[in-house]
Amino acid sequence: MNTRAAPVRTTSALAVFDVERIRRDFPILQREVNGYPLAYLDNAASAQRPQVVIDAEAHYYAEIHANVHRGVHTLSQLATEAYESTRESVRRFINAASTREIIFVRGTTEAINLVAQSYARPRLAPGDEILITWLEHHSNIVPWQLLCEQTGARLKVAPINHSGEVELPAIEAQLSPRTRLLAIAHVSNALGTILPVREIIELAHARGVPVLLDAAQAVPHLRVDMRELDCDFYAFSGHKLYAPTGIGVLYGREALLKEMPPWQGGGDMILKVSFEGTTFNALPYKFEAGTPNIAGTVGLGAAIDYLEALGMERIAAYEHELLDYATQRLASVRGLRLIGTARQKAAVLSFVLDGIHPHDIGTILDSVGIAIRTGHHCAMPVMEFFQVPATARASLAFYNTRAEVDRLVAALERTREVFG
Amino acid sequence: MDLKELYRDVIIDHNRRPRNFGRLEQPDAHAEGFNPLCGDRLDVYLKLDGDRIRDVRFEGKGCAISVASASLMTEALKGRTRAEAQRYFQEVHDLLTRADFTPTLELGKLAALSGVREFPVRVKCASLCWHTLNAALASSSQPVSTE
Repeated sequence: MNTRAAPVRTTSALAVFDVERIRRDFPILQREVNGYPLAYLDNAASAQRPQVVIDAEAHYYAEIHANVHRGVHTLSQLATEAYESTRESVRRFINAASTREIIFVRGTTEAINLVAQSYARPRLAPGDEILITWLEHHSNIVPWQLLCEQTGARLKVAPINHSGEVELPAIEAQLSPRTRLLAIAHVSNALGTILPVREIIELAHARGVPVLLDAAQAVPHLRVDMRELDCDFYAFSGHKLYAPTGIGVLYGREALLKEMPPWQGGGDMILKVSFEGTTFNALPYKFEAGTPNIAGTVGLGAAIDYLEALGMERIAAYEHELLDYATQRLASVRGLRLIGTARQKAAVLSFVLDGIHPHDIGTILDSVGIAIRTGHHCAMPVMEFFQVPATARASLAFYNTRAEVDRLVAALERTREVFG
Repeated sequence: MDLKELYRDVIIDHNRRPRNFGRLEQPDAHAEGFNPLCGDRLDVYLKLDGDRIRDVRFEGKGCAISVASASLMTEALKGRTRAEAQRYFQEVHDLLTRADFTPTLELGKLAALSGVREFPVRVKCASLCWHTLNAALASSSQPVSTE
């Protein structure tokens, strides 16, 4: 055995990432809350926007706005170009095969509802099954419950373990000949768990079961690649990706999207309308009825450009170091219990503090300018699993710092003092 | 933003040692309150003697504000009539929401809840038990919510 130590690498992700410069890109991070500099640790609920995104939206309204896909006039052409060039940005960002696979929607929730109603509903017979996991966000539970009521299908739930992980055998045990779709989170919003989606998809595909990933928490923190993942549907939101609210993306495998009927009817999704019948437009327009969120889409494009310039791998490496630091620092707080200790985690720290309700923690932290989320995080079954009514959750982004984590820890110590 | 205004000694004390806490066997009225935002849940139990609240207890899980408010409520209402309970409900509601409010009743320790009005998102924490009490008095079996 070679006992000689390998040369020590001193260049950590923290060292190569100029977070102070990056923070200056986000105007809201310069403000104070309750007399203290804002420490925004609620990124899993919604992230903040860099100036370039705000500018892109403002520029769109000041210089470009008209309706898309409709006019021969200059502005309509410019608006269409701005809208469609973002579709190409999204395609490149997630490495989809074609822009025909990129559907603009309001957000992850709408994307999942679209798949439920347009893909799954026509295919389901009573007794068929949809499989989810115990750690899903309500937006990946309720659309399936509605669908089950409409079709007589059954919702099955694969369990998690006490670290908040989904183990492959747990999925395998729930897959049956009646399973018609597997719909799971890529990253858990309440626990931070990164699911072994590549392996899960392989497992499901081997049984002929298509897979939808709720990627709202994944896309902001990981480099994702549709062709490598080989999933069938992939849903995410702009507002967690440093882009405007009200814009999101559904990626769908082209062969599946082609067979699916439109979800909503209206303008832009048609080729020809008469009272005898209507011919639907091609992909992706078939699924984009009505005037879309053009400005939001333009903002999404700017956010993607910004993230690509920083580099998703560098973002992930920085956030991972920050997560390790925060995990270690929080462990020093007496009476603090982390909820969700998966080996593979995104920078989400859900916790409870002995005898102190998360809501009280949230108020005390807010009084010193620290924003965290408290409550059930739209994942009530997860709370039930860990037998807590709620948790406090700090969720980190690449613009957060060790100093902010230190402030969090100090404020938690202060919380303990108040409730003595 | 003064935390001391919110978490006054009375509030901290009643959170730590809630009075009249626990189930009441064979109650004459009972209601369940639920606040979906924070996951707070509480049950209010009543023993009635004609028009009078002979005993009132509560049980549940919640933040310091909701537990202390429920504890203070039970202390204030034991022995009161339905009509008096209604007046207290209105009085505490105004105390929690109106900056210019001057109490007309002898509120006693309940006055400690006035600090909550500086924290609008916490008002429903303090009012959950009162809405639940109302539901119990109305003998409603529907869970109530302050969302």
